[in-house]
Amino acid sequence: MSRRRHSDDSDAGQPHKRRRTSEPSEIEERLESLICRVGEKSNSSLESNLEGLAGVLEADLPNYKSKILRILCTVARLLPEKLTVYTTLVGLLNARNYNFGGEFVEAMIRQLKECLKVNMYNEAVHLVRFLSDLVNCHVIAAPSMVAMFENFVSVTQEEDVPQVRCDWYIFAFLSSLPWVGKELYEKKDAEMDRLLSQTESYLKRRQKIHVPMLQVWTADKPHPQEEYLDCLWSQIQKLKKDRWQERHILRPYLAFDSILCEALQHNLPPFTPPPHTEDSVYPMPRVIFRMFDYTDDPEGPVMPGSHSVERFVIEENLHCIIKSHWKERKTCAAQLLSYPGNNKIPLNYHIVEVIFAELFQLPSPPHIEVMYTTLLIELCKLQPGSLPQVLAQATEMLYMRLDSMNTTCVDRFINWFSHHLSNFQFRWSWEDWSDCLTQDLEKPKPKFVKEVLEKCMRLSYHQRIIDIVPASFSVLSPANPVCIYKYGDESNRSLPGYTVALCLTIAIKNKASNDEIFSILKDVPNPNQDDDDDEGFTFNPLKIEVFVQTLLHLAAKSFSHSFSALAKFHEVFKTLAESDEGKLHVLRVVYEVWKNHPQMIAVLVDKMIRTQIVDCAAVANWIFSSELAHDFTRFYIWEILHSTIRKMNKHVLKIHKELEETKARLARQHKR
Amino acid sequence: SSGRPRRGGGAAAMCSGGTLSILRSDSYVDLSQYRDQHFRGTRYDQERLLRKSCTLYVGNLSFYTTEEQIHELFGKSGDIKKVIMGLDKVKKTACGFCFVEYYARGDAENAMRYINGTRLDDRIIRTDWDAGFKEGRQYGRGRSGGQVRDEYRQDYDAGRGGYGKTVQCQ
Repeated sequence: MSRRRHSDDSDAGQPHKRRRTSEPSEIEERLESLICRVGEKSNSSLESNLEGLAGVLEADLPNYKSKILRILCTVARLLPEKLTVYTTLVGLLNARNYNFGGEFVEAMIRQLKECLKVNMYNEAVHLVRFLSDLVNCHVIAAPSMVAMFENFVSVTQEEDVPQVRCDWYIFAFLSSLPWVGKELYEKKDAEMDRLLSQTESYLKRRQKIHVPMLQVWTADKPHPQEEYLDCLWSQIQKLKKDRWQERHILRPYLAFDSILCEALQHNLPPFTPPPHTEDSVYPMPRVIFRMFDYTDDPEGPVMPGSHSVERFVIEENLHCIIKSHWKERKTCAAQLLSYPGNNKIPLNYHIVEVIFAELFQLPSPPHIEVMYTTLLIELCKLQPGSLPQVLAQATEMLYMRLDSMNTTCVDRFINWFSHHLSNFQFRWSWEDWSDCLTQDLEKPKPKFVKEVLEKCMRLSYHQRIIDIVPASFSVLSPANPVCIYKYGDESNRSLPGYTVALCLTIAIKNKASNDEIFSILKDVPNPNQDDDDDEGFTFNPLKIEVFVQTLLHLAAKSFSHSFSALAKFHEVFKTLAESDEGKLHVLRVVYEVWKNHPQMIAVLVDKMIRTQIVDCAAVANWIFSSELAHDFTRFYIWEILHSTIRKMNKHVLKIHKELEETKARLARQHKR
Repeated sequence: SSGRPRRGGGAAAMCSGGTLSILRSDSYVDLSQYRDQHFRGTRYDQERLLRKSCTLYVGNLSFYTTEEQIHELFGKSGDIKKVIMGLDKVKKTACGFCFVEYYARGDAENAMRYINGTRLDDRIIRTDWDAGFKEGRQYGRGRSGGQVRDEYRQDYDAGRGGYGKTVQCQ
């Protein structure tokens, strides 16, 4: 068999191109594109686009049924923000082809079971919601949907299962009701009342110790930070009191009512929730982030209240849009701004609130922090007349509430705000925050401003920051990040080690080797010992001091200079810092030299860990030492600590993986 | 296999669906049209390296932008392994570009998605994949020692030495 490859070594790109399936896969791409983009950028109405698409798909069913089924199942799972568009499409197809409707429902149930088996609970919620909206499209019979929800709610009766398991099934039930509550209640009110009552008693008895841990603010004013199921329950209760009238959700199927009500419905097969297993991992509980209400935009459309179901639907959809398009910031911004209902809701406020909800989410945001900064910048570009003002208002509100804000969230706020300002020439009305100048500098507001200015300086330079703040803010301005060399001045010549430092300086400038450095350092007496034991290099703090001070001073010009110095004299470092006390002292000296430049301390510590001059334990001991107690609440300390822990975690994961791979290789060897 | 069921990627393929091409779109991470003409190797080699690179070229920097500023900004997408400042070949001073190397490809991708096209020192900076730093590539390739783009440009740019070199010589 010839192994000759498609000989193409020059410019034409990859050696082999797949040509096998180009014809059918082109059709699949076309179908997928038609379905995904229905209604976008069209001169015709959504309804006529849907009708046209239904016709096209119906014609394609004989040849491409399985592909169409797959695509529709996938959009149900991955494009929840367009839920009602696709349920309408399925409704129209079902009206034209009853069998197809049945096959689609079966495929959806299979997909739902699969998702639950592999812990894809967020996608599973979308599928449940899709199924329930299919009731509105006359694809699924209401009683069978109620039956499924009965099975969901009965999970709360299971014993010895994690609370989060029951939480998910209740959430899947309640969060579908904005879409289908009216229809289900009209057909099966007694059953629904029973379900709601069972839900209520579950919600009353479940534990909520996670709430204080997840709240962004500890204060309940102006907006309580509610547990997510409690909030949803209030919203559904209000919806029920309003007789299930819901006016926000776009329902294209209403326009097709005459067609759809002629369609035959399918019954959902009885659905047994898959049992809890050891490998089941359910979603974590959440706390709902709220920062705005209708009073914040008195001129614009009224913001739906915190317990209105509209608020729930809007927030869900905006979060889904971000989840769909997080990699494409321009698309994401455009999709957020084109959310339907723009003139009836204060959309900019909802968008800003949802973005901050994700940015401040505890323990971690769903996406990398810098994404949110850039997304907000894109939004400002698209709405330059309105969004920046909302953002400024939000910033002001966050500042006002710093006293009760979780420290981790304050850190994220600082990082976001300083990075944001650096894109807008650091323009801000600092005088508006002069109130913080009269407070104790350790209080949250002045501390926040101080940390922001420090971060702004890192993105620019010291004089720039002095220039942008009013003179009154000088007490909060960052220190000029210059190096402090204790042997620098002739006036220090009485310091022990001064002459050795001078000697070292000359030697290093003359490109001395490590050995020469060692011999110069031999002359440094050890203040800890009476007789200098220099056979082995026992811990000699003065040696460390003289060497590290001098080297860092010589290499102070830039990060690269300092890294080169660490690399060049790595051997000296390793020897001097061999003991735990040695490592700790190296860190102390680094701090003494660079205490004006926390960023430099952070990168040096990082480099020293990576090159094993110090270890994570030494860093932890140094950070929690009494000498650093005065800086304990400065954010750079926690930046260093978190970075150290992250490196340690990554390292552990890496060698764990190597261990597993080696074990697997060994096992394969033994099999032979 | 006795493995735990995993979320995401592999599991998504298990579900009868996979994903959608509109959701796969990652245009900020795609290769640009630029290919280094000094690259030693075939086009194919270069593209292969670009697709797995952890190194970014960063352009349109001010001559005054420091390594520290670059480290702070690009550190927002992940841990930086190295920053190499671009230098004027003659003067050995910063000439407005640099290389940023990350430990992990994913961190470099996030820089392409979220730092490319935003401001540093009030200038919109541009990032692009680089096949990997080699000694000599830190120098500008313009005749005067800086970058080629600063040889011929007609406009006045205070952060990049004023007028283009050709204009200055007139």
